[in-house]
Amino acid sequence: MLSKIVRTVANQLILFILIFGLYVIAHGHLTPGGGFQGGAVVVSGVVMLLVAFSSHDLKKSLREPVLSIMESTGALIFAILGFAGLGTVFFYNFLVGSPIFGRVPPTGPGPGDFWTGGFIPLMNFAVGLKVIAGLSAVILAIALFARGEEMEE
Amino acid sequence: MRRAIGLILLFVLLAFLVSGMVLIHPFGDPSPTDMDDYIIDNAQNQTGSNSVVASVVFDYRGLDTLGEATILFTAVTGVLLLLRTQKRKEEGS
Repeated sequence: MLSKIVRTVANQLILFILIFGLYVIAHGHLTPGGGFQGGAVVVSGVVMLLVAFSSHDLKKSLREPVLSIMESTGALIFAILGFAGLGTVFFYNFLVGSPIFGRVPPTGPGPGDFWTGGFIPLMNFAVGLKVIAGLSAVILAIALFARGEEMEE
Repeated sequence: MRRAIGLILLFVLLAFLVSGMVLIHPFGDPSPTDMDDYIIDNAQNQTGSNSVVASVVFDYRGLDTLGEATILFTAVTGVLLLLRTQKRKEEGS
């Protein structure tokens, strides 16, 4: 556990890091970035918390069974969305033209509309959930292993 | 005997690697590929995504992304399996 200054700054900063990571995930079909990159940003915030506070404090709020369930849910959503368009071809973008994320932008550079992209935003959310939960679990496991603590109470 | 076989296999591998290095295309040889033009022209109409990179990663090449997600899943499973300290302490005490 570091000094009180570092802990206070980390407490204030984690909110902005989480918002930025969720922004990168949510706008993956409009701007550079996506599920993997935004998830990595959120996990960097988790690493900052792990450095500022101790892993003993962090494992009370980041519990490993919840992270495992989150990661499996993300993988399952991804696979189900891939199989859902199997009537045409595997990973067919079946949501283009539908009411959900179905608008089609004009060809060429444009400002971008959030309600476009077919299933690409949903895929980004699934991959982001998976990366956040998976990498957080890995980093927490490594930190707890280095301190010789148990993972669950 | 085993050393001779290993040496022969090593030379075969070396021949493969060197031939791969020699036979590679020169940089930028098949210059305008049709795939690039097709994706640049049709990505926004077909997938509705303004970011063409995202449309390639999640739509045109979605199967590769599925493999990437599987790699991440396997890595997390392996790390949690190896570094989980709960079971070991239960057996030790």
